Amino acid sequence: MASGSARPGSMRLAKLLYGNVNSYLSSGAAGINGGGAVWGSTTGLSSAELAPFGARSASGQIVRNRMKSVKSIQKITKAMKMVAASKLRNIQVKAENSRGLWQPFTALLGDAPATKVDKKLIVTISSDKGLCGGINSSVVKYSRALFRLNGLDGPDKDVKYVIVGEKGKAQLQRDSKKLIGMYFGETQKSSICFTQCSMMADEIIKSNEYDAIQMVYNKFNSVVSFQPTVATMLSPQLLLGDQEVTGDLDAYEIEGSDTKEEVLQNLSEFQFACTMYNAMLENATSEMGARMSAMENSTRNASDMLDRLTLTYNRSRQASITTELIEIISGAAALEG
Amino acid sequence: MLSRQGVRSGLRAWCAAATARPLLARGFADAASEKKAKVFGEAQVTDKFKEDWKKIAPNFDMPKFPSNFMEARPPVPPTIPAKLTVNFVLPSQYELQAKQVDYVIVPATSGQMGVLPGHVPTIAELKPGILSVHDGTEVKQYFVSSGFAFVHANSVTDIVAIEAVPLDRFDPDEVRKGVQEYNQKMNSAKDDLEKAEAQIGVQVHSALQTALGIS
Repeated sequence: MASGSARPGSMRLAKLLYGNVNSYLSSGAAGINGGGAVWGSTTGLSSAELAPFGARSASGQIVRNRMKSVKSIQKITKAMKMVAASKLRNIQVKAENSRGLWQPFTALLGDAPATKVDKKLIVTISSDKGLCGGINSSVVKYSRALFRLNGLDGPDKDVKYVIVGEKGKAQLQRDSKKLIGMYFGETQKSSICFTQCSMMADEIIKSNEYDAIQMVYNKFNSVVSFQPTVATMLSPQLLLGDQEVTGDLDAYEIEGSDTKEEVLQNLSEFQFACTMYNAMLENATSEMGARMSAMENSTRNASDMLDRLTLTYNRSRQASITTELIEIISGAAALEG
Repeated sequence: MLSRQGVRSGLRAWCAAATARPLLARGFADAASEKKAKVFGEAQVTDKFKEDWKKIAPNFDMPKFPSNFMEARPPVPPTIPAKLTVNFVLPSQYELQAKQVDYVIVPATSGQMGVLPGHVPTIAELKPGILSVHDGTEVKQYFVSSGFAFVHANSVTDIVAIEAVPLDRFDPDEVRKGVQEYNQKMNSAKDDLEKAEAQIGVQVHSALQTALGIS
C-alpha cells in the first residue's frame, strides 16, 4: 500500500529534482558538464550518483556528503589564502628592497633584448608549488616565444633552457625536453638569499657556454598584477668585443691592476647573480599574490556552491516531508471513507 | 630612429624637469653618445624586434624589460657639478639613493680611491674595506665586503656591494679570532680550493682589523 501510493509521490519528487537533468541527459553526453544553472551539472553529480527513482532519503545523503566536502574545501582554501597573504607581506618587503640591485648594471651596460647571438640561454623562473593562478604558464609562454624569436634568424642557433622551479619544468618538458640544459628545484625551501643565487649563477656559468642570457620572470606590480619581464645579460666576450651592443663601455677607465677582461668577466657574473636574486624574489612575490587571488576565488566559488546545495537540500527535504504527510493523510482518509 | 640633432636642447630641459619615470618617453638620445642610446622608462627595442615579436607571438603583448622600470639618468652636464650623486645599493636595501654628497672614498682593489664630482668615468672592482661618504662635515663609514663601483660621466656614482655594515657593529674580539682561525686554515689547507677560501677569510678579517684599528 505504501509502495502503491509511493510511486506517484516519488515520480513527482523525481520530476522535481531530476526533471531538468533528464532533458539534458537525453540531449547529449555533454549535458553533465555543460554550463548553466542545472542542479545535476552545477553540483557535478553524474547520473550514476543520482539516486534511482523511488529512493527518497538516499539523495539527501548524497547532497549532505557533497555539502560537507565543499565546506571543508572552503575552509582549506581560505586558510591557504591567509598563509599566502602573510608570506606575501614578508617577501614583498625583500623584493622591493632588492630592486636597486640591478639598476647600476643596466645604467652602465644598457638593456638590449634584441641582440642577435649564436648561443643563448633562456633562464625561466617559475614556482615549485601549484595553485597559483596563471603565472607559470605566462612565463613558459614567453620563454617559448623567445626561443622561437631566435629561431627566426636561422636554424644553427644554439638555445637552451635553464629552468628554476618545478612547474616550469613540468610544462617545458612536454615539448622541449632535449633543450633543457639545467634545472634547479626547491629553491624556496630556505628563504631566498643572495648566497644561494650566486651559487646558482656560478653553476650556470660554469656548465654552459653562452653569448647572452635572457631571464624570464614575473615582476610584481601589485597583488593582482604581475608582468612577465625579460632581462638580458651579455657574456664577457660580447661586452669586450661588440661595442655597438654595449654602447660606450670604452669611455670607462678600469681602476685597478686587473686587466679589462678580468674585470668585465667579474662584472658580467656579478650582474647575473644580482639580476637573478631580484628576479627570484619578484617571482616569489608574484607567486604569493597569484595564490592569494586564486584561493580567494576558490573560496568564493565554494561558498556559492554551498549556498546552492543547501537550497536544493532543503527543498528535497521539505518535499519528502510533504510527501510523507500526504501519504499519511490520504491513508487516514481512505480508512475513514 | 628619431632625428637626434633637433631635440638636443629639448632633451636637456626635459631631463632636468623630469626625474620621475617619463610617461611620454620616446627614444630620445643623449647627443654625446651616438652609439647605443641608453633610454629608460621605455623598453629599448628596435623596430625589427617588434616586428619579429609580432611574427612569432601575435597574440601576446611584448614582455616588459628592466629598462621600463628604471628612472632616467641625468644627462652629462656641460660644467662639473658641485655635488656628487651617490647610489649605494645592497641586496637587502637601498642604502643611499640619489644622495648629493661632496665626495666618497671607495676601497678599490688598487687601494682607497676618492671620487669627486667630475671624476673620469671608471669601473672599479671593490675589495673588502671601508667605504666613506663625506658630505660637508658628516662622514658615514661602512665596511663593505666587495662589489663594484661605477662612476659615470654625469657625476653619478653607483656602488653595488653585497654586504655593508657600519663599523660600530663589529666585535673586535671576534675579528681577532677570525684572523687567527683563517690563518690556521690557510696553513693547513689541503688543496687549492681550501687555500683560496682561507685566503679570502684572511683578507676580509685583516681588512676589518685595519678598519677597526685594532692589532
